[in-house]
This record gives sequence, C-alpha cells and structure tokens, in this order.
Amino acid sequence: MTPEEPLPEQSPVATLDPGPEKVLGPGHDYTSVTTKISGVVYRPFLKTPRQMFVGFGLAFLLVNLLMVAVTWLFLRGVGIWGIMIPVAWGFAIVNFVWWIGIGHAGTLISAILLLLKQDWRTSINRFSEAMTLFAVACAGMFPVLHLGRPWLAYWLIPYPNTMWLWPQPRSPLIWDVFAVSTYATVSLLFWFTGLIPDFATMRDKAPNSWAQMIFGTLAMGWRGSAKHWARYQKAYLLLAGLSTPLVVSVHSVVSFDFSVSIVPGWHTTIFPPYFVAGAIYSGFAMVLTLAIPVRRWYHLEDLITMRHIECMAKVMLGTGLIVAYGYAMEAFMAWYSGNQVERYTFINRAWIGGYWWTYWLLILCNILLPQLLWSKRIRMNLVAVFLISLVVNVGMWLERFVIVVTSLTRDYVPSSWGMYYPTIWDWSTYAGTIGVFLSLMFLFIRGLPAISIFEMREVVHHLEPRHGHGD
Amino acid sequence: MVMETSLYGLMAEFDEAEPLLEAARRAHAAGYRQMDAYTPMPVEGLAEAIGFRTSLVQRLVFVAGLLGATGGFTLCWWMTVIAYPHNVAGRPLNSWPAYIPITFEGMVLVACLTAVVGMLALNGLPQPYHPVFNVARFEHASRDKFFLCIEATDSQFDPKATREFLEQLSTQGVMEVEA
Repeated sequence: MTPEEPLPEQSPVATLDPGPEKVLGPGHDYTSVTTKISGVVYRPFLKTPRQMFVGFGLAFLLVNLLMVAVTWLFLRGVGIWGIMIPVAWGFAIVNFVWWIGIGHAGTLISAILLLLKQDWRTSINRFSEAMTLFAVACAGMFPVLHLGRPWLAYWLIPYPNTMWLWPQPRSPLIWDVFAVSTYATVSLLFWFTGLIPDFATMRDKAPNSWAQMIFGTLAMGWRGSAKHWARYQKAYLLLAGLSTPLVVSVHSVVSFDFSVSIVPGWHTTIFPPYFVAGAIYSGFAMVLTLAIPVRRWYHLEDLITMRHIECMAKVMLGTGLIVAYGYAMEAFMAWYSGNQVERYTFINRAWIGGYWWTYWLLILCNILLPQLLWSKRIRMNLVAVFLISLVVNVGMWLERFVIVVTSLTRDYVPSSWGMYYPTIWDWSTYAGTIGVFLSLMFLFIRGLPAISIFEMREVVHHLEPRHGHGD
Repeated sequence: MVMETSLYGLMAEFDEAEPLLEAARRAHAAGYRQMDAYTPMPVEGLAEAIGFRTSLVQRLVFVAGLLGATGGFTLCWWMTVIAYPHNVAGRPLNSWPAYIPITFEGMVLVACLTAVVGMLALNGLPQPYHPVFNVARFEHASRDKFFLCIEATDSQFDPKATREFLEQLSTQGVMEVEA
C-alpha cells in the first residue's frame, strides 16, 4: 500500500473518521464522494493495495482446492465425505445453511433498513448485497454436490419430462429449491438495479474506452432523467418491500427442512424465527469481517464511519440475544415438554454425546463473548469488533453443526446410533467455498463501485441541503 | 448541420437540486410541457414539478404478483392432483396448505422481475443513443450537476425566447442540445 503519494483519482478531501455520530466524513460534496468511490475502481492496477493482491491470491488458492475436491467428488461420489447412516447430512448441509444465513444480512441492510429509513445503511448496502449474492452462490453449490448424482440436479425443477415425474411440492426440500432460487434471482435484481445509476457515473468518468464501453453497456443509456428516477425509485422501493418478507421466508423454509421432520432436536416450532435471527446475526458478523479491513485498505474511513461499525455491532448484539433465547427455549422445552426423547436429545447435545464440546463452544462463541459488545469501548475498538465478528461466524457455523450432526447421531433407536467424522474432502470443500466467496468479493471491490455512489450523493444532499449556492 | 432542424432542445445547468426544482416549477408554470430534468440522484418532487406522474410500475407489479402467486399455486395443484396424483397417508390430493410457500415465492419472483424489467421498459432502456449526451457538460449529470432541458418539440418552444427564459433561471449557463 502506498498511501503517501497522491493518486490521480484520489479525492482532495482528507480521510477523517467523524466518529460514532456521523455517517459521512467532513468536507464531502457530490464531486468528492463520486471521485472517491469511483477512484477505488479506477485506481491503476499496480496501485491496488497490496493486501488485496495477497488476499485474492490466498482466496484463489482455496478456489483451486475446491476444484480438486469437487473433481474427486464427481469421480468417486459422496463416499469421500464422512457422511454415513445415520448422519447422511454432514458438512454439505451445515455449510449450506451457514452460507444462506450469511447472505441474509445483505438483504436486511438493503431492503429492511431502506424501508425503515436508516441513514447508516447507505455506505454498506451495495457491499452487503454483493456479499448476499456470493454467499448464496456458495450455498447453492452444497445441496447439488450432496445429491450424489449432481448431474441430475435439474430433476428438482418441475419440467415436462418423458418419465412424467414431478417434484413433490409438499416437501420442504422442494420449497427450498423455489425459495433459494427466487432469493438468488431477487438478490441479483436488487444489486443490479442499484448499480445502474452508478454504472452511468462510471461510464462518464471512464479513463479509457474499454471502461467506457463496458460500463456504458451495463448502464444501458441511463441519463438520470427525472422521469426515469421516478419509475426507478418506485421499482426500487417495491423490490425492497418484496425482499423483506422474502428474506424471512427463505430462512424459514430452510428451517422447515429440519422442523417438518420428526428427528428429535429438529422437530421444533421455534426453528423459523430462531433461524432467521441466526441468519441475520451471522450475516452482520460477515459484513463486519469484510468491511473493517476493506475500509482501512482503501482509506474509506470517512464513508464507512464508526457509526456504521457501531450500528452493525448493535444489530449483532440484538440478534445474538434472540438466538440466545432460541437456545434457552430449546433447553426449557426439553424439560417442560416432559418428552423423554426431547430431554435425551438435549442431554446428548450438551453433556453425554460425542460432540458435547461443540455445544459449549457454540455457547461461548454465540452467547458469551458477544456480550462484550454491551460496552461502548469495545464497540469503538475495531480490533475487538473484528475479532468478535470472526467468533460469531465460527459460532454460527457450530450452531448448524450441532443442529444437523448431533441430532442425527442419536435418534430413537440406540442400535442405529453412529458418529460422524468429517474427512479432508469435507474440509476442502468447505474451505474452497470460502475461497470462492472471498475471491468474488475481492474482484467485486476492485471492479465495481462497492459503495452506492448515487445514494451517497443523497446523503450529502440531506446533510447539507444548501451547500454550494447562496439562496 | 442546420441548427434550426437539428435542435433537440435547450439545456440549463444548475449547481444544486433546489434551484433546479424551482426552475422546473417555473418552466411548468410558464406553460412548457415537453421537458425533462437530469440529476445525479433522485430529487424529491422533481418529476411532479415537470408535470410527470406515473403509477404504471406499481400497477404492473401488482398484476405480476397476482399472476405469480396464481402460477405457483396452480403448478403445485396441477402436479399433485392432475399430473402425478400420489396418495400420501390418505390425505387429500389437493393439500393446499403445503402449496403456500411455493405460491409465495412465485409471487415474489414474478413481481420482482416485473418491477425491474417493467421499469427499464417504461424508461425506454436500454437506449444506446440520446441527444442529451451530445452536450459536453452533460457528463456531470451523473456526478455533481443538475440540468433542465426544454425540448424543441414543445409547442411553446422558441429558440430565442426559451433561451432567455432559461437564462433567467440558471446562473450556470444554457446550452444547445443537438439532435
């Protein structure tokens, strides 16, 4: 990184974090926010912060690991994973639920906070929408890889076929197909629609004809007409309004995959709300994990301010408490229901089962450590927030592991009990998707405006409604 | 090039949203109808100020949502009742509560696709060429300046009078837009 020498596209405004009160650094106007955000994309290639090269390099290595793992899987079948009867849903489903959950914060930030008119949403929404897209892409891979015969994945879709066989629409697994594919499509639409006016900005600021051609094509001739904006805003608001129940439905449907079954530990009515809260919890953790380093590498402290970090930390704390309530309710119902199987499931999870330590690690990561966020000093400490966000990511992964694996290892019949041990290929596939996610994030930050430029101009306009002229 | 026949309109530049809004209101009050404003971000009330009202996007989305929901439900019903009837534990074939998730997703999917595609289509996008891009200063419309363009097709348009009218409103200058 070479912050000392001024870059051609760098903003003339000094980078100052205005602290936890403001969403924008001092001295910004329309021109400076535009220049600053587009400058991230139009930096000369070799001036890309060194951390970006290193980060992308490492992530790309993991992508290659995924290629190897998936190739081996296609050659040998799912037997290379640790899955067995009774635990047929191993890492693949744990990772699927984890990734889908991470995606949910993006939709929450872009849609729900838009409807709630939260001013701190603006500089992180684009970024989180991209995160949603890439997380859903990673999530989508797992059920397909888990099919055993992934080349027949299209059988999940209802289409007229010579066998005259149709998917079973009473099954949550088919609901999942519809929910996740709708979610992926709508997330892409939302992201792309938000980008159109920014593509026009990029087109008009293009330093060379290639950039002009690419962004010009993507902008589709957007010219900022008042009539266009009027329709655009209606469409955008409608997308937000439709995405809000969608995001709740997606993780509810994911939780139905479990709760509609009769496996002890899965068959619980609290699953839908508790899954949705957990999804938002892990999603905000991931936004923080990504935003804290990136704002530093690209000197965006005046656009992604401490107010953004603090608000996200608070949402994390709040959703974490809902998740804690979910755990408490599971424990309470194990006792209160008087059901022997329910009670055993809980004892097995927390005490006598082979995975008791994952349960307590989960409690530590998801409930105990995040309580530090009650303190403003911790919320103002970037290193602490970053570490807590990592801990929550791990914790939420463990939660899915505890739900999926420990419930399956011991169900009704002791003779069919069995442990699950992930193999190197389980870990490789998981690490590989992290690589895919991070590679795509790095490419996105380098190649597209990672902060919504036109919405930042709106923020400037709201903060200083009279700047630049004298009436 | 003959200027009289190839003039698309006259364009005034502004530094901020409020003077543009004021100018748009005055132009509308002066009787101009064929005009458009160009801004780097949405400006509240601007479309109304130039006399533009639309509710077509939300109507389209509403109809699309109904169609999507109907489609989702019909698909489930048809698959389980007509195409592939399958007796599960003696329950009715038309087990409609189980169809609700797919009905809902169908509604959201079709409504969202319509919102975006409909918005673009009504806006006439993609549109590779538009006369306003001929103005050199117009690249600021996607950055930091605000423009009002009165088009030559307006019945009141007069190259001289309209220019004088716009010059009264704008301190930033008035430009000719070639068609």
